[in-house]
Amino acid sequence: MGLLVNVELLLGLIALGFVVGLVMALVEVYAPRPLAFGATVYSWFLRGVPELVLLFLFFFGPEQFGIRVSAFLAAVLALGLRSSAYQAQIFRGALQSIPHGQMLAARALGMSRLQAISHVILPQALRLSLAGWSNEFSSVLKDTSLASAIGLVEVMRRAGRITKDPRNLPLFLPTLFLVACMFLVLTYAGNAMIGLAEKRLRVPGLEMRR
Amino acid sequence: MALLRVEELYKRYGREEVLRGVSLSVARGETKVLIGPSGTGKSTLLRCINRLTEPDRGQVWLEDAEITSPNTDLNRVRAKIGFVFQDFNLFTHLTALDNVRLGLLRVRGLGRKEATERAMSELARVGLAEKANSYPAQLSGGQQQRVSIARALAMDPQLILFDEPTSALDPELIGEVLGVMVQLAKEGMTMIVVTHEMGFARSVADEIVFMEHGVIAEKGPPEQMFRSPKVPRTGEFLRKISELYGESK
Repeated sequence: MGLLVNVELLLGLIALGFVVGLVMALVEVYAPRPLAFGATVYSWFLRGVPELVLLFLFFFGPEQFGIRVSAFLAAVLALGLRSSAYQAQIFRGALQSIPHGQMLAARALGMSRLQAISHVILPQALRLSLAGWSNEFSSVLKDTSLASAIGLVEVMRRAGRITKDPRNLPLFLPTLFLVACMFLVLTYAGNAMIGLAEKRLRVPGLEMRR
Repeated sequence: MALLRVEELYKRYGREEVLRGVSLSVARGETKVLIGPSGTGKSTLLRCINRLTEPDRGQVWLEDAEITSPNTDLNRVRAKIGFVFQDFNLFTHLTALDNVRLGLLRVRGLGRKEATERAMSELARVGLAEKANSYPAQLSGGQQQRVSIARALAMDPQLILFDEPTSALDPELIGEVLGVMVQLAKEGMTMIVVTHEMGFARSVADEIVFMEHGVIAEKGPPEQMFRSPKVPRTGEFLRKISELYGESK
């Protein structure tokens, strides 16, 4: 049915969004002014431009310069980078909510800033990010259907092909309903996994409430 | 030779001069108690010693190494100076054992087994071996502060700086923390303690330093400071603070 393409796209874009988003959040919070400002502008741009425009930019843009990008890669990049901007905001909020005393105590022990961030600040901030992050997960999962706009044959595109044929008119609603169900199941499964992670990582005094 | 020497330290925040030329010398095994009204730079002085706060001017020496020199390996120096905070600042996501062990693993570079043994023995030293697997949120304030002392002790520091270690505690929990500190003083640990606990100052301090308005107004052994202070303000402050906090341990 093409749902597998959506799942692959989801995994690719969320991983890209996580890595880039985390780096951007760290830059925004800890890097010197000019760099931090760059990260802010990055976030502002990617959150401000409609996703469809981003998809077209990443798919048709390189073509102008003679570089052919597959629809899948373009979708991962466009949706992944867009998600990184949102994820950066989630991580930034969590990083900034860790009391300054945690950093002071780590530095007083003789840890470098990098050690303090990786052993003290991040383990706490990531736990606090989980609730907001599960929200972003549900959101990007549904975004994968947008990739049909640049011709990626995923589940929405398949559904479109079926329903376009006039003879299939009676199938129009059932097909859409089926697609909706697929996404509902995926959302449920993903959130259940995140919930499990939350439970396993729970630490008294660092609870995250949804 | 003094273990720690502070020479003419200055620090200002904006317009406010918090430290205005403070000099201090601490001998090995000495317990120095820093007292004075709030906002007179006691905590700033402690933080300038290991440069958690960067002083504007002046020098700090640990034995024959200048901490304030730009070439100092700050992380190495800090590992030799324990710091106990007013609000504990235990790492929230780690158990008591992991709090004490983290510096041993990441800064001292000890192996896991050795670090665990060391951390357990420090927890036992502050009477909290059975709380090794508790998270900070599961401990009382007094227990948290004792864990944070164990965390400092584990690094085998040359001296420990205490920044109002009992000010955030309920009165009934103060005793257990002071008890640990009295024990440390007896064992010959070098300590600088900012506190309002006059009973502790009187019985444990080798010297009491009275700070006001960013300078040292007077210093001397406890007996002299309590009986016959040279500066009238010292006597006034000591009377007031003893009334407020009592003198019992």
